[in-house]
Amino acid sequence: MSSTAAVLNNPEQAFAGLETRDAHAWFGNHHALSSVSLRFPAKSVTGLIGPSGCGKSTYLRLLNRMHEFIPSAAMAGEVLLHGNDIYGESVDPAAMRLKIGMVFQKPNPFPAMTIRENVVSGLKLAHIKVDNENDLVEKCLSRAGLWKEVKDRLDASGGSLSGGQQQRLCIARSLAVEPEVLLMDEPCSALDPGSTLRIEETIKELAEKITVVIVTHNMQQASRVSDYCAFFLSDGGPGVLVEADQTRKMFTNPNDSRTADYVQGKFG
Amino acid sequence: MSDITIPQPARPWQRKRAEVARSGVSLALVGVISFVIVLFTGFAGVDGWAVTIFLVSAVLLFIRGRKLSTKERGNAKIQLFITAAAVLAFAPWISIFGSVLIKGIVGLKLNFVTTDMRTTVPDDDLTMGGALHAMLGSLMMVVIATVITLPLGILSGVYLTEIKGRFTFLVRFVVQSMSGVPSIVAGLFVFTTYVSVTNGPTALGGALALGVLMLPTVARTSEEVLKLVPDDLRSASLALGARQWRTTLMVVLPTVRSGLITAAILGVARVIGETAPLLLTAGSNTAFSFNPVQGPIASLPIYVFGMLQIGTEYAVNRAWTGALVLMIVVFALFYTARKLGGKDKR
Repeated sequence: MSSTAAVLNNPEQAFAGLETRDAHAWFGNHHALSSVSLRFPAKSVTGLIGPSGCGKSTYLRLLNRMHEFIPSAAMAGEVLLHGNDIYGESVDPAAMRLKIGMVFQKPNPFPAMTIRENVVSGLKLAHIKVDNENDLVEKCLSRAGLWKEVKDRLDASGGSLSGGQQQRLCIARSLAVEPEVLLMDEPCSALDPGSTLRIEETIKELAEKITVVIVTHNMQQASRVSDYCAFFLSDGGPGVLVEADQTRKMFTNPNDSRTADYVQGKFG
Repeated sequence: MSDITIPQPARPWQRKRAEVARSGVSLALVGVISFVIVLFTGFAGVDGWAVTIFLVSAVLLFIRGRKLSTKERGNAKIQLFITAAAVLAFAPWISIFGSVLIKGIVGLKLNFVTTDMRTTVPDDDLTMGGALHAMLGSLMMVVIATVITLPLGILSGVYLTEIKGRFTFLVRFVVQSMSGVPSIVAGLFVFTTYVSVTNGPTALGGALALGVLMLPTVARTSEEVLKLVPDDLRSASLALGARQWRTTLMVVLPTVRSGLITAAILGVARVIGETAPLLLTAGSNTAFSFNPVQGPIASLPIYVFGMLQIGTEYAVNRAWTGALVLMIVVFALFYTARKLGGKDKR
């Protein structure tokens, strides 16, 4: 596939180890996503863009098997992490999700837990021993850009924070289990512009250490935070991957005219 | 100096004092006229008073209404009918609680809650004897029933909302049918399966019968509160690499902790006044027995039942006081449930 090469056309960019080959998704009889093959570049931000209903969120949820929690969902094809199909029979989905974390559209800190407990919840839930909890909490909250605001009230409820702070708490929570890849499903769509800016800064800093895949319907956001972009489109049928390339090229000189129309705001 | 004057805080939406006074005067007027009518006509009793007050209010409204606009008059009419309907709906509750309070307060002395009937016969003076043994017996059976039922109820709630297994429909159907089981049938069930094959009525027998009645309430309430947990939280936990049972145990259940306590309290309130099953399974006694598998045990409803059957003046007094204590307990339980239940709604 041309798109497979496109993401990796920068020879300096290493491969993150995560790729899909000919991935399809269904909801009941509805074919939502058709034949997406994509290799993700390491330690960078890949933005999945496209109009509503193009299957970009569905594709993201295929990448850590959150897709299967929708009762009528089905899939075909391969999602490979370091060459192993994560849908393989011998794969433990829970262990796999420790490596591929996820941040959701709506901030969802655990309401019954304090800020500190929320940060370490991933480890507690997965039975992982924490040697120095305080250091870990500080490190994760700092990386999520929240430490300064909450360091004096770590034992307050996670629900007492503002929406933007809650979302950064969710990011800190995902980081605590040290994932290789962090999937973000429109993480700023429920937030105000100020909080959005903070989260975008956080995302850029995260990409120095881990691979980030972010779904966004905001083109400015995609151009601001992402190094690579993948454009999805549905013409009434299942969503397909139109084009994937470096973000700068996608926004200035894309190969496909539909990409040009979309990034220039002619539709969507 | 600035010459900006800060206005005084006002509440223009509140009724003016003159209006309040006017409605007070009309209320007093209704009272006086009704009193006169009741005094000089055949109307009497609670129903007579109610009918008189309603008719007088209607007539007064008709007279005053001529000064009002059509809209205000319509409003006042509807208000009168709604108020009358509300009073009508509330009346039985007032009547029950009022009569229990009036008749029960006579025997509500300290000794009623500190002594039992071991050395007292029901005809003794009300300053002797009490219902401590019955209260402890009720407590013991309710606690045993809760300990058995609460885990089962929560587990079936978890099965219905979290596991969503193949038997979801069957479990829900059985739970719903169980909540319609007459209490005497639950009593008979435990009587034939447990009481009659062991050593007769015991606290455990009573607790089992109460548990059968409690289970559907606890299970259904648990299911309802578990349904309130947003799926976002389950997704978040699963995406962090948690297994389903860890998600349920550490995220879902703690989120609705107070709701589950409410489920338990509603279950207790459902069974604490049950009499019929206890007649068969727990029996009655004049003292408290600490061994739940040995010998019959007293309970508040059976105490009330027994005292009423004796039928002498003091015994009936004791029955009313027992009923009052029972009502206070139920009231306190529902109040606690409301308080706790309100906390979860964020």
